[in-house]
Amino acid sequence: MALLLKDGRTVDDPWSAVADDAAVLPDGPAVVGLERWRRDRAALEARNAPLGIRLQSHQLAGEIAGDLGRFGLVVLEFPKFRDGRAFSTARALREQYSYTGEIRAAGHVIPDQYLFLTRVGVTTVEVPEGANLDSWRRALAEVSVAYQSGVLDDAPLAGLRRKVAVR
Amino acid sequence: MARSPVEGLKVVGANRLETGAVVWLGADDAWMALVTEAGVYAGAEAEAALTRAKLAERANLVVDAALVEVALEDGRPVPLRPRERIRALGPSVRTDLGVQAGSVS
Amino acid sequence: MTHLAAPAHAGLYHYDELDRRFLAERVEQFRGQVARRLSGDLSEEEFRPLRLMNGLYLQLHAYMLRIAVPYGVLSSDQLRRFAAIGRRYDRGYGHFTTRQNLQFNWIKLVDVPDILAELAAVDMHAIQTSGNCIRNITTDQFAGAAPDEVVEPRVYAEILRQWSTLHPEFTFLPRKFKIAITGSPRDRAALAIHDVALRAKAGPGGAIGFEVFVGGGLGRSPFLAKRLSDWVAEADLIAYLEAILRIYNQYGRRDNIYKARIKILVHEVGIDKLREQIEAEFERIRGPKYRLDPEIVELIRSHFAPPPFETLPELSEVFELHRGTTPAFARWSRSNVSAHRQAGYTSVTISLKPTGGIPGDASSEQMEAVADLADRFSFGELRVTHEQNLVLAHVRRDDLFALWQELGRHGLDTANAGLIGDIIACPGLDYCALANARSIPLAQQISERFADLDRQHAIGELKVKMSGCINACGHHHVGHIGILGVDKHGVETYQITIGGTATENPALGQVVGPAVGYDEVVGVVEKLVELYLEWRLDGERFLDTVTRLGVKPFKERIYGAAA
Repeated sequence: MALLLKDGRTVDDPWSAVADDAAVLPDGPAVVGLERWRRDRAALEARNAPLGIRLQSHQLAGEIAGDLGRFGLVVLEFPKFRDGRAFSTARALREQYSYTGEIRAAGHVIPDQYLFLTRVGVTTVEVPEGANLDSWRRALAEVSVAYQSGVLDDAPLAGLRRKVAVR
Repeated sequence: MARSPVEGLKVVGANRLETGAVVWLGADDAWMALVTEAGVYAGAEAEAALTRAKLAERANLVVDAALVEVALEDGRPVPLRPRERIRALGPSVRTDLGVQAGSVS
Repeated sequence: MTHLAAPAHAGLYHYDELDRRFLAERVEQFRGQVARRLSGDLSEEEFRPLRLMNGLYLQLHAYMLRIAVPYGVLSSDQLRRFAAIGRRYDRGYGHFTTRQNLQFNWIKLVDVPDILAELAAVDMHAIQTSGNCIRNITTDQFAGAAPDEVVEPRVYAEILRQWSTLHPEFTFLPRKFKIAITGSPRDRAALAIHDVALRAKAGPGGAIGFEVFVGGGLGRSPFLAKRLSDWVAEADLIAYLEAILRIYNQYGRRDNIYKARIKILVHEVGIDKLREQIEAEFERIRGPKYRLDPEIVELIRSHFAPPPFETLPELSEVFELHRGTTPAFARWSRSNVSAHRQAGYTSVTISLKPTGGIPGDASSEQMEAVADLADRFSFGELRVTHEQNLVLAHVRRDDLFALWQELGRHGLDTANAGLIGDIIACPGLDYCALANARSIPLAQQISERFADLDRQHAIGELKVKMSGCINACGHHHVGHIGILGVDKHGVETYQITIGGTATENPALGQVVGPAVGYDEVVGVVEKLVELYLEWRLDGERFLDTVTRLGVKPFKERIYGAAA
């Protein structure tokens, strides 16, 4: 079972993942993939419970831009940590589409990406069972100077003002 | 120098994790600095040797363990491909450096 | 470890406490990552991108560390630190690369955290010199000195260096991303072969803006960059680059590493469609948050103010005297001394291509000698060129003879800058795990064959560029003569091209005939030179003759009419 990190601490995860072919929808907060959302929109919207959406790395923010108001959670999948498209997706969700819900990184993410994830607007990270939580906690505090402002920062961008990242 | 090109002879080469130095799997599975001291294998034995080398990878001793084709020269293994020969000896343009100069890390 | 401040007038970015804290934290971060790798907490697969982000490769003989030399500029103390690191942790020499960086070939992983700490003490690092991220931003080796310079490019190279350092969105790109910038109408920074290239220009009222090019790159599928925009105003520079990188990060191919550079995106989508997407993103994000504040530009510009030049006459009697009486000095002045915007000053190219030597290599002793010369003759500052030489950019003409004599004491006075002996060669199969063939010994052979400097000068400008594999780190596609080593059934074989050039009129070289064996390469080069000398018109360089005649006559004469 995966662990959920928020600001370096483990937190409970109220969300259940729903497979594309699952016949029954759970009660309570449920996360579906983009295919399922498109196929079963009416049924999903009719539920009286929070809905989340899971995007694969090639599914960019624009695919769900019009529906963001419906989602309490957007999960961004990393098939491999090298596939960095989700960083742009997270940023677009926050900056371009003003999404204020939870953004979660999941899949093959490594602690050394944690700082970058938070700075593009990711709220939580799903780490595999057995992950070294110390490495994840440490990762947030390792570098306190950044050469760009984060997406949630109002200050002007550009490494020219060196920002001290606030933890 | 007698070179006996028996088909399919191999040794296992790798790099030491800590230093990057090139090492070769010896007859008793110790890692040797000189390819001439490597254990020579053929067929299924070669695969088995590689499997044992991968254990050393998982033990964080070496990285990039791989089979290297060799011929026998006076009974000692010599890599067939130029790349592996250079790897075994050192840069051809600095013969004062590397294993060929007697320097072993 | 105490920090050494750069010499006051050296034209590089002078770190402040915040910059130093950043580097110190990065060093500790990597120290932790190395410890986790050694303990097995990190697998090699997880560690590899992290060590690549710190410029650490595993090569044929050991680890190779590639140290960043931001836009090719070094202070004398930084070069001395390289010399010391070479002695303590390597084999007493380093290699200057075609991206203006420095490589050490015999590094141990366990030493790297300490090496990075020693580099940090002189404000240096190895961040982002490898990996799928934005790499060293390169520029004209004569920045701040060239008479034709319109805008000082190092200002913007530094701004982009900071902007791209550990950028949270662009650290896991589809592939590497190389940026070059120039501030002159002449292109000495090889813009055409970069993922993004910028030419800084002056507009109406002295406003500064940039011509932007995209999609250059060599390797398996070489492409010359295409113009993306004729004018991006200074204030929009960051926004425009963010737009380009964002489109690339989202749409660059991730399924095939050989098709993952932005040049492929340009090729597959088309420059016009790509421009539309980029400019749409640019228009969306343009605004206060992404604006490049003129105050910031001025702040950065203050690090690159001209040094305190003396007021001198253009004519130097000392120089003229020695030029008239010492033919070897006169010859070196012709090839290795370039004009300077300030009267009485020159820029000097220090050749790292001694006859029969290894192109781009310098021993620790040589590095220390050059550091001293930089202090004595050029305000404590030197540059690395993308053709693997060094430059002292601000040398008084009066001092040239004394400098030349000193260079001679250290084997650094070879009078071959830009000539056939000034060969650009990647490390090749002697060092590099990616290579298919050796490049260095062939470079040495060519160099020996043309050892006669008078002959080299008579031949004139001729850039030979050699790569040991298709990755083209030797830039062979843009050599006047390009040589590519391939592996044909286990035998080193070489494909030769002519007519390539990476200037403001760029061109890719054309194959001159079937690949030849190791022993035939020098003969072919010799033949190409002979033909050029036979056919050249007055004032034509080798490149000009090839451009005029095309490759066919060369092909026919070398390979016969059947080719």
